[in-house]
Amino acid sequence: MNWKRAVFATLVAVPVIALFAFGFTRDPGAIPSPLPGHVAPTFALTVFAPGEPPLARPMGDTIRLRDQAGKVVVVNFWASWCLACRAEHVELTETARQYAGRPAQFVGVLYADQPEMGRQWITAMGGQSYPSVLDDGSRMAIDYGLYGVPETFIIDPGGRIAYKHTGAITGEILHQKIDSLLAAARPAGPAARTPDR
Amino acid sequence: MRHAARAVLAAAVALWWAGPLSAQDSVARARPPVATPVADSALDATTAAVSSSLRCPVCQGESIQESPSSLAQDMRAVVRQRLRAGETPEQVKAYFVSKYGEWILLKPAATGLNKLLYLFPVLFVGGGLALVVFLVRRWTSPGTGAPPASGAPDDPSDLHSS
Amino acid sequence: MTGLLAHNALLVSLATVLFGAGIAPVAIRTGRREWLQLAYGAVYTNFLLVTVATASMIVALVTHDFSVSYVAAVGSRSTPLLFTIISLWGALEGSILFWAWVLSLYAAVVVWVHRRRPGDLVPYAAMTLLAVAAFFAILLVGPADPFRPVFPVPADGPGPNTLLQNHYLMAVHPPLLYLGYVGMSVPFAFAVGAILSDEAARNDWVVLSRRWMLASWGFLSAAIIAGMWWSYEVLGWGGYWAWDPVENASFLPWLTATAYLHSVMVQERRSMLRLWTLNLCVATFVLTILGTFLTRSGILSSVHAFTQGSIGYYFLAFIALVMVSALVLLAGHSERLHSKGNLGGAASRETVFLLNNLFLTAVMLTVLVGTLYPLIAEAMRGVKVSVGEPFFNQMAVPAMVALVFLMGVGPALPWGSTTWADARRRLLPPFGGAVVLGAIGVFAGARKVYAILTFAFVGYAAVGNLREYWVGARARRKAHGENPVTALARLINGNRRRYGGYLAHIGALLVALGVTASSTFRSEREATLAPGESLTVAGQTIRLTRVWGREEPQRSVIGATFDVLGRDGAVIGTITPRMNYYRVSDQPVPTPDVRSSLRGDLYASLMAFEPRGANATVKMIVEPLVPWIWFGGLVVVLGAVLGLFHGTPRAVRAPATEPEAEPVAAPAAPVIAPAHA
Repeated sequence: MNWKRAVFATLVAVPVIALFAFGFTRDPGAIPSPLPGHVAPTFALTVFAPGEPPLARPMGDTIRLRDQAGKVVVVNFWASWCLACRAEHVELTETARQYAGRPAQFVGVLYADQPEMGRQWITAMGGQSYPSVLDDGSRMAIDYGLYGVPETFIIDPGGRIAYKHTGAITGEILHQKIDSLLAAARPAGPAARTPDR
Repeated sequence: MRHAARAVLAAAVALWWAGPLSAQDSVARARPPVATPVADSALDATTAAVSSSLRCPVCQGESIQESPSSLAQDMRAVVRQRLRAGETPEQVKAYFVSKYGEWILLKPAATGLNKLLYLFPVLFVGGGLALVVFLVRRWTSPGTGAPPASGAPDDPSDLHSS
Repeated sequence: MTGLLAHNALLVSLATVLFGAGIAPVAIRTGRREWLQLAYGAVYTNFLLVTVATASMIVALVTHDFSVSYVAAVGSRSTPLLFTIISLWGALEGSILFWAWVLSLYAAVVVWVHRRRPGDLVPYAAMTLLAVAAFFAILLVGPADPFRPVFPVPADGPGPNTLLQNHYLMAVHPPLLYLGYVGMSVPFAFAVGAILSDEAARNDWVVLSRRWMLASWGFLSAAIIAGMWWSYEVLGWGGYWAWDPVENASFLPWLTATAYLHSVMVQERRSMLRLWTLNLCVATFVLTILGTFLTRSGILSSVHAFTQGSIGYYFLAFIALVMVSALVLLAGHSERLHSKGNLGGAASRETVFLLNNLFLTAVMLTVLVGTLYPLIAEAMRGVKVSVGEPFFNQMAVPAMVALVFLMGVGPALPWGSTTWADARRRLLPPFGGAVVLGAIGVFAGARKVYAILTFAFVGYAAVGNLREYWVGARARRKAHGENPVTALARLINGNRRRYGGYLAHIGALLVALGVTASSTFRSEREATLAPGESLTVAGQTIRLTRVWGREEPQRSVIGATFDVLGRDGAVIGTITPRMNYYRVSDQPVPTPDVRSSLRGDLYASLMAFEPRGANATVKMIVEPLVPWIWFGGLVVVLGAVLGLFHGTPRAVRAPATEPEAEPVAAPAAPVIAPAHA
């Protein structure tokens, strides 16, 4: 038995074991998005569910990202067949109401679904305070690097993606992110802020 | 004669392994220049080739070419549209990487640390071949002792008497 | 009640294997050989105890005893009996139980068969197997206990994973896989025994371990083919291999086992490569444990992965233990194993075996590193990357194509040494086969270099291997005046190990041919059809007859029936792809339908349908030569069986295997002829 050699050989096992041990600290399902910090991809999509006053937009109206300059934009991807979307629905719709009159725009984007199914779902869920748009051919979903629904993107007043949330979002997170973005935007000068409507 | 044959063998296998590295993106090269209008069947083939290299985000390890999911279908449409608009396959892939991260590529780009992933098999085979040549030379050189006679218990006739 | 009995059986089993693994080295070191009977007794007792536990689980599954945690997790009153029984290996805990049972069975058979062998090899091997069994026993009484009591007892359960209850091949693939995977702990145990008993420098131990490795290799080969078949029949995309981490995990030990089966011949004949062969034995076992770890710890995402839990940490500890002890044993004793042998000459079968081992190892390391690379990249670069099919096709396939070529070179060259002129004479004729099959490939439309080369090399190696039968039988015919059939039968019977090996080569070539042809010449189209409309792909036409639905106890089935039309437009059959909606899952399970013939498959997969039956979207794929893969797998297994029962060596045969005086000119004639022999 050559112990020197034996001990030396076991060093081969160390990186392998270390690699696996590292692997346990990671979730293979969680894939970080490269988008936060970058300019948000533009979109111009048609409203299929108008929302409720005061946030309502007429059916068939087009919501454009470039019209939202100076506002915090919350983009939520959802679908009628998505279970986690039910969990976050009330939080989103309530939070949107609370920010009515402030420079924050909520937009729902229907993903891989029929507009009729989407409207039925909204009715069944007791309404949605903000408008939802149709994403034909998932172009916007792909632009935003969507992995599934629900996913929520928060875009800062400068048009950059500040935060991406995978899975059901909560009112608490929304408040925290929106408030900090609004607070950070203020010193940038009043000119940057446009009235809500 | 023997050395020549050995050299030829080594060269052949070296080329063998050089192939995959140099042919890394045959898709990109096979594609006609941007300006020429692309025939539909060529566009189909390029779309399929690019789609096969992109991982479906809502599936498990499948490419968007294989997956029946609606997002994969839409992504194939985007690939096709961008190719038709004149982008190269590399540009299309870069677009998806900018949205989804490197994760979307089923074959990591050969840059940085990833290079090792591609070099490793080639280096291993190259080194291995050198070792085989060295061992065969050492084990066939005269004076290393007669081959022990313990082998071939079950088919002695198989031993070739040269 | 059953649960309590089984749980206690497993507790006693743990105590038994720990006792057995402890007493064996004591018995050997103190010279009290009679104590070895205690260790062997532990092996047999463990087999009985784990059998009791496994049988209890089957009883609990069949009687829907939902007070047992595993039954509550995978059982369902509406699942058909066959799928209820096979759900034994459908989820984590049950699969560990089944693993432990197969291991206990192997250990009992090994000890029983070799119990009278003098020396310390078998006792140490028994100790090793008991130690491995102890790990699984710990899992079964701890983190993977399938017999936890459930209260209150549910009235029904969710049933097994829907993908696993959709096809009967799930009754075939996992047992074969376990028989292969677990069987590879036997050669490992012999390797450890050889080192500890100081027999590693001799060749006797490889004679023992080789057969066990060959048997396990045969099971694993069959399992891999059955797994490919299952993917093909169930997953609905018309493919059979996707380089998924779990598929790779089954492939890795197969590669090292194949390398071992070749290098072991060099060791037997020339007493060389002893350390290398030992390394392959150990690596194969480590790779089986690694594969199990990767699939059961949730460390990599995969289609087939089991759910994760604390079990991963146990596996990590076990892998660390196995790797460290194996490395210590191997490195600590390596000096004594250095080869003193001599290769006859460079132009010899031994040289080809060295190359074969090199390329098999290269494929193994490429696949291993590729599979683990996402983890490596995340650790080193902090970035998630994917390594999928395009990578493996590019980096692993070239070495595999080279192996196809070597499969033709090896059998053609003699052991020992030959002159270069003789080598050329032996190696040239099969090039006729390469030209013919390569030309057929190009003519059929293959344009990619590796595809054409594979066709050519398959032709080369097919002629190379068939020629061995032909030349041998012809020599027998001349020497003994036997008729061709008798000559061939006696030739094979006279050296089953050798001709079994060639048969396995021919099976592997059929697989290579099927894989290359089906991936090169695959054509597919997807279309939405109304009843009466038809779709044509690669000259084959299907016409939608109707879309229908059917309720079954555990699922609803939506199907689309298509007529398959012949060239003249007459109906020559039907094809019925379906989609199965299991009550327990919101994801439908695609159930493609396949029409097979010798020429290839017509594959139809239902992608979508209009609820009122107005139309159906179908993906239609025409894939040539796919059945050749399954048939080739069968031939590989037959080759392994033939090699396994090679019996005791016979008296020296007629010098039948020397293909002298083969005319070098006009290679085409002798090349084609053997194919009809």
